[in-house]
Amino acid sequence: MTALNATILTLVTFVPLLGALILMAVPNRDRDIRWFALIVTLFEFMLSLHLPVRFRAERVGVFQFEINHSWIASPNIHFHLGVDGVSLWLVLLTTFLTPLCVLISWNSIQERVKEFFILLLILETAMIGVFVALDLFLFYAFWEATLIPMALLIGIYGHERRIYAAVKFFLFTMVASVFMLAAIIWLYVKSGSFDFADIQHAIQAGSVPGFAVAAPWLFLGFFVAFAVKVPLFPLHTWLPDAHVEAPTAGSVLLAGVLLKMGTYGLLRFNVGLFPDQARRNAPWIMVLALIGIVYGALVALVQPNLKKLIAYSSVSHLGVVVLGIFSLTQSGLNGAMFVNLAHGVSTGALFMLAGILHERRHTYEISEFGGLATPMPIYAALFLFMTLSSVGLPLLNGFVGEFLAFYGAFQSRALFGLIATTAVIWSAWYLLWLYQRTFFGVNKNPKNASLQDMYPLEKIAVLPTAVAALIMGVAPILWLKAIDPAVHSILQPLAQFSARVVGR
Amino acid sequence: MSLPIAEILAPPNVDYVRILPELALSVFGILIMVLDPLIGEYKAAKTLGTVALVGAVASLAAVYVQAQAPGEAFSHMVRVDNFSIFFHAVILIIVLLSILSSFEYMEEQGIRAAEYYGLILMGAAGMCLMTSAVELVLIFIALEISSISTYILAGFLRRDPRSSEASLKYFLLGSFATAFFLYGVALIFGTTGFTTIAEINTNLHKGYMPPLAYAAMAMIFVGLGFKVAAAPFHVWTPDVYEGAPSPVVGLMSTAPKAATFAVLLRVIFEARLPGTFWLIWFAAVLSMTLGNLGAIKQNNIKRLLAYSSIAHAGYLLVAFASLPASGIPSAMFYTAAYAAMNVGAFAIISHIGNRGERYTTIDDYAGLGRRAPFMAAILTVFLLSLIGIPATGGFFAKFYVFSAALQANLVGLTILGVINSAIGAYYYLRVIVVMYMKEPQGEAVPLKPLSAGVSAVLVLSAVTTLYLGILPEAVLTYAQNSVRNLIP
Repeated sequence: MTALNATILTLVTFVPLLGALILMAVPNRDRDIRWFALIVTLFEFMLSLHLPVRFRAERVGVFQFEINHSWIASPNIHFHLGVDGVSLWLVLLTTFLTPLCVLISWNSIQERVKEFFILLLILETAMIGVFVALDLFLFYAFWEATLIPMALLIGIYGHERRIYAAVKFFLFTMVASVFMLAAIIWLYVKSGSFDFADIQHAIQAGSVPGFAVAAPWLFLGFFVAFAVKVPLFPLHTWLPDAHVEAPTAGSVLLAGVLLKMGTYGLLRFNVGLFPDQARRNAPWIMVLALIGIVYGALVALVQPNLKKLIAYSSVSHLGVVVLGIFSLTQSGLNGAMFVNLAHGVSTGALFMLAGILHERRHTYEISEFGGLATPMPIYAALFLFMTLSSVGLPLLNGFVGEFLAFYGAFQSRALFGLIATTAVIWSAWYLLWLYQRTFFGVNKNPKNASLQDMYPLEKIAVLPTAVAALIMGVAPILWLKAIDPAVHSILQPLAQFSARVVGR
Repeated sequence: MSLPIAEILAPPNVDYVRILPELALSVFGILIMVLDPLIGEYKAAKTLGTVALVGAVASLAAVYVQAQAPGEAFSHMVRVDNFSIFFHAVILIIVLLSILSSFEYMEEQGIRAAEYYGLILMGAAGMCLMTSAVELVLIFIALEISSISTYILAGFLRRDPRSSEASLKYFLLGSFATAFFLYGVALIFGTTGFTTIAEINTNLHKGYMPPLAYAAMAMIFVGLGFKVAAAPFHVWTPDVYEGAPSPVVGLMSTAPKAATFAVLLRVIFEARLPGTFWLIWFAAVLSMTLGNLGAIKQNNIKRLLAYSSIAHAGYLLVAFASLPASGIPSAMFYTAAYAAMNVGAFAIISHIGNRGERYTTIDDYAGLGRRAPFMAAILTVFLLSLIGIPATGGFFAKFYVFSAALQANLVGLTILGVINSAIGAYYYLRVIVVMYMKEPQGEAVPLKPLSAGVSAVLVLSAVTTLYLGILPEAVLTYAQNSVRNLIP
């Protein structure tokens, strides 16, 4: 098994890309291409299961399944991959959601099928790369690489205003990430390394010349790039457009994984590399997160468009994640990481469900619907299940993470915790109200009377998320036992920092 | 039987080896002129193109030969070293690719081939000589050889008034600029009494810096800044690029620029002329900003790439404001990476342009992703490289330049640079958007099958772009090794 341990991350990262390359070469037969994409992504998922099975949670403070080869000598870039308890689950989330995306796109993508799946597979490689890269250069390369396939997915396969949305998405992220690039280059020039651990040690040892002056700016450079991705209020305006216009699979991966790249980056780089700065800047970032929670929820409340409503609910939920991270407490970070996963599963499912409805009625307008529970009972049941999981019903996945995140916020600042907990009320309000308007009441629209319930393929696509939501809610410990020690070691330098402050 | 290499490399023969590529280019250029009347006019294009191709390959081989025996020649006027070899290789590969992509173009536009290929080779001789000459008067002569042939090449579509305008504009402004350069050379001679780079360096830095040297530097920078299309001397670029034949634009936006940047590297880092920092700093910021802002509202793809080339000249100049140890190799790498992507992009533009270059607006590219997936994919690679997306040569080029700037603590310049590259993303992205996400309005642009020559150019430049983006080390190391050729 050791041989596999050493190569598994390389395999997990590049198998989808290999699949994409093979797809480029094969003739254009849509059916075969769909099957091939499904097989590749399923194989990829099974391959990635090796990670949690062999992951040793007791090995704290180190990255596992590490692989470290020199790639370019000058600049000193390494092909350095590895996971800890935080990134492990994000990789799994990615490999879990991608086959579902293939399934949900099975019938809805009828034109340029080959290009669609090629883009999807390239996107998967890039997303996994972001989570496993431990070389800052490599990280940036993967980070940028997610942009193009996603922008193309939105721009080619999206709805009416797709081009506007794709360009907006690309430009927001691109502009923000050049600041991160500048920060990364600065760190390299001053420390001589791109390696995450090396830079971390150099910073902690105080051996980076000029760091004290530059640190606030470096922190900000990374922060802007990640905050746009999360998206944190007030940088969120690209998100509703991108979501509404994206094809279903695009929305699922956007909400499910791409946004998590932002929160992951905040934790890994902003908190991991600049603990002092994280502590100093935490108050205003938490305020922004709180505004995001409340504002996102209020805007979601008044949305007439189903997909836009879910998109704004993401702004609100991701606000909880950022709040948890910058509470800089053990439970806050645990909660943040768990909400990350839970939100990926639930919101991914909700977007799939919204897509299923769109295929039948070609609209997302909530006012078009009503009384859908009668013609589509199974759909209604699954939608309710995922709604409740997103609302945060105990014993489903949403509850655990939010509870921990709020607890962390309370520990950090009671007032913030108080405001944050209203998120539970908001999300129950906008989601249940949505549910009521869509599924209950009298069906006034004759078009809705004859709607088909879910096809077997759609059931296969959505059911795994429901199962995952349930398991995550009942046995969160399966996830938290890996997250908890990883988070603990990230918080270690912060504890030392506060000890210094107290000691003064 | 083996060649008597030792004999060839002994003086005085070795002097000729050190200008062997230039000799080969000139001989083949003359050969084309002589062959032209002997072959029927309509069969000439292909034959002469092949001769030119052979000439380019021969001179590449000559570069390989001369690389075995680096050193000086003709009383310290020419120097063959890693630095000159690097630029020779870059220029000659650009020339090779341009000739390859011209085959189809010649046939379609009905251009007389002899002068065209002849001028390309002669011009290339000038460009090559610019990079190995270490004496300012010789540099000036080489610059003129290269410039005059590009002036003429720019006007080769002579039935098209835009082309004539391009040629005339380029010629008038260009001559003006070279005059500035010559004036600068004269001032340098006046202050130091020398025109060889090494002597200028030793005589200038004797404690007291004569004020005239500053004026000389400014003059020289005006002349060279014009040739590389750096702001504020960039105004000619869009008009000339729009009017000139596309393969020629591919050539003149890369090869003479590479040569001129080589001269600039020598003047700034080897001769160490004074007062360069702020000059370069402002020119870099202006070029990046004006280039990128100008490109945003262009609808003609050639004009768009013209503005983009101004912006790229700006990024390149950032390297000149940095320290020599990191600035020189990053500038050299940049010229190579930029050449690969730009030559490839213009090969596609000239292919799609069709007879008389009718289709050069961005809207003409609508639906290309569906109608010609291969071409669209390759053009996307070039555009992503121009944006500076990782895994392409353009990314590493920018990366090296900005890290060189940060090593010299030029934080402000770096920030302005990265902001500019974010602005740049917008207009390159527009082309990708049109190709993949829009359908042609009305009648679609007629597409011909790709000829073997153009396909070869596309594949070669795309592979080079990706190679420089994934394994940049070999090229960079070579560039780093040539640093000590300039600063002992």
